[in-house]
This record gives sequence, C-alpha cells and structure tokens, in this order.
Amino acid sequence: MSADGRTSEAGGRTSEAGGVVKAKRSIAARITGAVSGGLLRVFLLVVGVLWLVPTIGLALSSLRDPADISASGWWKVFTVPSQLTLENYSHLLQDETITNSLLSTATITIPATLLVVVIGSLAGYAFAWMEFPGRDWWFLGVVGLLVVPVQVALLPVSKLFGTIGIFETTLGVIVFHVAFGLPFAIFLLRNFFAEIPRELLEAARLDGAGELRLFLRVVMPLGGPAIASLGIFQFLWVWNDMLVALIFADSKNPPITVALQQQVRHFGDNVSILAPGAFISMVIPLAVFFAFQRQFVSGVMAGAVK
Amino acid sequence: MTSATAGDAAQVSPAAQTRKSVTGTRKRMAVAFLLPALVLLGALVVYPIGYSLYRSFFDKSGDFTGFGNYVELFTDDTILTAIRNNAIWLVLAPTISTALGLIFAVLTERIRWGTAFKLLVFMPMAISMLAAGIIFRLVYEQDPDRGALNAVWVGVHDTFAESSAFPKAHPGQESPLKPGGKGSFVTRTTVEAGVPVALPLLGVPKEQMPQEAAPAKAAAAVPGKVTGTAWQDFTLGKGVGERNAPDTSESGYPGITVEAVKGGKVVESTRAAANGTFTLSGKADGAQLRFPASNFREPYNGVDWLGSEQAVPFLGVNFVTLSVILSYVWMWAGFAMVLIAAGLAAVPRELLEAARVDGANEWQVFRRVTVPLLAPVLAVVLVTLMINVLKIFDLVFIIAPGDVRDDANVLALQLYNSFVDRDSGVASAIAVLLFLLVIPVMAVNVRRLRKEVRR
Repeated sequence: MSADGRTSEAGGRTSEAGGVVKAKRSIAARITGAVSGGLLRVFLLVVGVLWLVPTIGLALSSLRDPADISASGWWKVFTVPSQLTLENYSHLLQDETITNSLLSTATITIPATLLVVVIGSLAGYAFAWMEFPGRDWWFLGVVGLLVVPVQVALLPVSKLFGTIGIFETTLGVIVFHVAFGLPFAIFLLRNFFAEIPRELLEAARLDGAGELRLFLRVVMPLGGPAIASLGIFQFLWVWNDMLVALIFADSKNPPITVALQQQVRHFGDNVSILAPGAFISMVIPLAVFFAFQRQFVSGVMAGAVK
Repeated sequence: MTSATAGDAAQVSPAAQTRKSVTGTRKRMAVAFLLPALVLLGALVVYPIGYSLYRSFFDKSGDFTGFGNYVELFTDDTILTAIRNNAIWLVLAPTISTALGLIFAVLTERIRWGTAFKLLVFMPMAISMLAAGIIFRLVYEQDPDRGALNAVWVGVHDTFAESSAFPKAHPGQESPLKPGGKGSFVTRTTVEAGVPVALPLLGVPKEQMPQEAAPAKAAAAVPGKVTGTAWQDFTLGKGVGERNAPDTSESGYPGITVEAVKGGKVVESTRAAANGTFTLSGKADGAQLRFPASNFREPYNGVDWLGSEQAVPFLGVNFVTLSVILSYVWMWAGFAMVLIAAGLAAVPRELLEAARVDGANEWQVFRRVTVPLLAPVLAVVLVTLMINVLKIFDLVFIIAPGDVRDDANVLALQLYNSFVDRDSGVASAIAVLLFLLVIPVMAVNVRRLRKEVRR
C-alpha cells in the first residue's frame, strides 16, 4: 500500500522532467506525434467499445421480452427502441428463488467478510508485534498457503463438514470462505501493521494500554486502509464465488450464482431470466467496485494469486 | 499475495528491525490472537492437502490402489483432454492477457482519458465469472441473428465473399429455365438480341426478399442488345398471375447475377436492376442465359464458436476452448494492465527520454528500454495469471454447452465432475496434481519473504 503511494509520487515527478525534454522536440516530430496520437486515440476508442459491448449486450438483452430475444439480437433495440421493457426484472423480482438467493448471497458474504477482517487482524497483529517462538516461521507458513488452490480442499472439507454437521449449510460456506481468505488477509495486514511506527505503540503502552486495547485503539484504526482493501477484496471474492457455493451451500437456499447456474443448463429459451439475473448479481459488485476503486486496486496489487 | 508483489509489499521499514513487542507479550495472549486463524487454516487448508495425498492412493470404493489413480489421469481420454486443455490455457490465457495489458498500459499513459479507459477494461474483474460466462454465452450464440460475434463475422464475411440473396429460388412449372448443374439454372433455348427474355423464378419468401426489390417490369426490346427480366413469378394471395410474364404485383430480383454462356464459357455477365431488368451487349446474342449457383447458395451462417471443431489445426485447440479463453482475457487483461501500469509509473522517465534523444524510435524505446525494465512486473503478472488459470472452472462450466463440455474440459472441472460422481480417488489425485503445480510458486513466495521478514 505504502509502496503504491511512493511509486505514484515518483511517476509525478519524473513526468514533469519528461515535459521539459518534450518541449525541445522539433516541429516535424510534433506533427508525426500528433498523427500517431490521433491513431492511438482511435485505436483505444475501438478497444474501449469492444470491451464494453458484451456488457451492453447483456444489459439490453435483459430489457427485451422473451419473444423479441428469440427473434433477433439485442442491437435491434437501436432501431426499435420500443422493445425495451422492464418486465423481465419485475418478473424476476417477484420470483422467490431469485430474491431468496440474493438474500442468501448477502447472508454468506457479509459475515465471511467481517470474520476474515477480524480473525486476520488478530493474527496479523500477533505476527507483527507479539513475541513468541518461531513467529516468523509461522508467518512464512501462512504465506506459503497463499497459493493453495481451493480445489484441494473440496473433498476433504466436505467430509469434515459432514462429520461436524455443517455440510450444505450457510455456516459451512462462510467458514470455508473465511479459511481460504485468511492467508491473504494475514499476509496483507501483518505487513501493514509492521510498518506502524513503534513510537506510537510505545506511547500508548506508557499510557497504560494493555495488549487488547493497543490492538483495538491503535493498530486497528491505523490499519484502516489495508483493512478496507482486504474487506472489499474479500467481499467481491465471496459475492462472486460459485464453486464453493456449488458444493457447500444449502441446495434449498443457494446464493445467486448457484441459482443462476441451474438456469444455464437450459440456456436458450431462458435468456429473459438469465440476462436480468446476471445483471442483478453484478449490480452490487459493480457499485462496490466504482465506489472503492482505489482500495480494490491496491487489494489486487497486493496480490491476486487466489 | 503474488510472488514478487509479496516481496514488494513487505517493504521493511526501520521499525521492523525493532519489532519487538512493546508490551512484553505473554505467550498465552499470542495464542489467543492466533488461535482462530491457525485452527481454520489447519483444518481447512493444511489438513486437506494431507488428506488428498492420502486419499489419492485409494480407489473409488476405498481400496488401496497405489498410483492407480495417477495412471488413470494420464490414460483416461476425458482427463487427458482436460490436461491438454489446461496446458493450452496455461500457454494462451496468461500471455494474451499480459500482452494486451502491456499494450494498454503503455498506450494509455499519455492519453487524457487513459484513466477512464483503464477503468473500463478493469471493470470485468469486479463481476463474477458466472455473470461473465452468461455475457459471453450471449456473445457466442451461433445464430447470426442473435449472437453478436457471428452477426459481425457474417457481416464481414458477406462484405468480402458474395452473399446470395435468393437461397431458395428455383424455376416453376413450364419454366424457360432448367437446372444447369451444380445448383445453377440455365435457359432451355438460346437468346437473341432485340427480343426481351423472361426469366421467372419462385420460392423466395416475402420477408427474405431484398429491401430494394421493386415491382417487376417487362424489359423493353433494345436492338443489338439482349434484355430481359429476372423476377419472382408469384405474389402471395394473387398466385402466379400470368405465368412467365412479369406483373406489377410481382417483385424483381434486384442484383441477381445473369451470365451469358456460349459453348460452356461465360461471355458476359451482369446484374439485374431493382425491378429485375437487365441488359447484356450483342456478345450475348445466341448464348444461353444462366443464373450461376452463387445466387442460390445457402447463406453463410458464421462460426460455431462453442463447437468442438479445431480452431487451430495441429495444435488441438478447439473453438470452444479458444472462445472461453477469450472471455477470460476479457476479464483479466485489465488486471495485467493495472499492475503493469503501476510498474510503468515507477520507470524513470529520464531513461526513456535518453533513448529517444539518442535517436531511438518509439518501437525501439518500447522494445529495448520499457519492456526490459518492466520484466519483473511482467513475470509477476504472468505467474499470477498462470496460477489463476490452473484453477479455471466457472467460465468453462458456464460457457461450454453440455454436449461439448468434455471437449472443453479442464482439470478443475474434471475434479468437480469426479467429486460429483463420487470418484474420490481421481478427484484427490487431480487435487494433488494441482497442488504440485503451485509448489514452485509457493517456494518462491516464501523465499522472497524470508529475507524481508528475518531482517
């Protein structure tokens, strides 16, 4: 995180220097520059449109009635705008499987995010500021777990959960997501906490703060940016997950990804359900993404090996 | 989390060297702070590795089988397809994503709306692979009237290859035309200059008739030239009218190709006007007129993007795998771009300018200065994406239609299938294989961090 700050500063400084050199360039170079600059803009514009079109296709498909969808492509709405209708959405929002699954997704995502933050912070603090034998070795062990594929755990954990009676329950999904979110959480938070100036902790200590108080009143507030990154990252990760839910979720109360996945099998005549369903499932992640781009990017930068 | 960023993020401040507890922690306190995390990690992450390894030596019903499951991995056709496809994924998806990310990062640097562009390309990272899968299911639909990609593809194809406007047209009863072989139709008799010819056809549905079609008109006689009309000798609700003569209620065949053939050779060729009339020069005098087969070809229907046909000959890459890989690139090129852009921001501008002053053109600067300086970042991006691709599941599961899912198979999907089929032995063996493949990265991560941590 702090590394990002530093690099962008450096970028700012050096581009100023670049500006000075640029001003000395010949007129001919400037003309070729302008032409290629124009081509560059056109190219990027085309790529940008290309990147956007699939999502627009989904959005417009979700706004057409089933008969229109099967008769023609979504681009038809540009010539026949009257095809646009919110009916698919009103149908979908009256459908209890969909509304329940959205609720189920939230019920899984929110605790899974909060728990990772809490448990990860505790461990991160312990690895950063507590003394115990083999501290750094334990931490390296956790770092090693960063890249363990979730697939490795599917079968063993399903047996384990079966034994303790939380297989195919919402609790099971939450616990699984917390466990697999922890290596990244601990890694990120430990590194962030370790950079907190020692003087701050000592000052608090002199004021008579105990370990828990130190953690809650000094470390957690100072760790805000890292915790935000982690929280957003984990939130999106869990919200968007399908595989873990497919195996561990209560099949009578599945999250939205699993509910929609069941529809995909009959892809074709149900685009009027799938398209708005997919769109609804995207609304919250996209809102989170646009509201917290910065934190999301730094979370991704800190690592996306998951 | 990634190998090199792991190292970068662990910037060691001076404080780290004195990171001794300020409280003189009691061990019991440390245990309390760590216990929840260690219990979860131990039970749900570490223990499964051991269990999978153990279970992989037993077969479906739980009898010891040694390396039997591993042998099955490399002999079973479906699983072999998964391994091969995973290899294709590992080669294509990270490199294409990284290459695009590099191009975008470099090109957007000097554009004012570069940030907006980056945001747009990065956005798919926020959505689920399920949603992305549904998005691309729509894109890849085969029917060019519904699937966007085939709509564009067919449009481009028809611009360069002649499209046929009258796929179902054919001569009616008592027609002056007869089949001319290979789907063409030819006049029974030769034509004469100055005598208008009637070339009636049937069978084009009204909604498929080209929009520019105008009411058919009998061609006027022109001395020294062969004239005629090609039209649909039928009107819905009115029948044929006067057989083999154009009525105004009937429609011309705009743009239909008419050839004059003498002794098997085409001496002249023209296209009909909107009202179906056409004119050939005197050269056509005494020739037979022919509608070449190109007028009647079935329309080009685009590519079966989600089919199992080979997309790249010899390499064993089929269309469905390639298509799913492209949807992955759509999702992850933004990730590569953002990491590379951050790396780029740290590249000293002076170096690039120095190269330019020395007379290097932009390509040389890119190739000889920018890329080498970015090499560490590129490596991190590639490795991260490879680890990610190794576990690819959702996109294949959603995009590949049921009947080609085996052709699009990948290891993670096979593991899921084996799991659902209760073949715990094979599922565990695949899990172990996946785990073995990430061990090198794990080792690099730990090594890099060890130096930082222990300082």
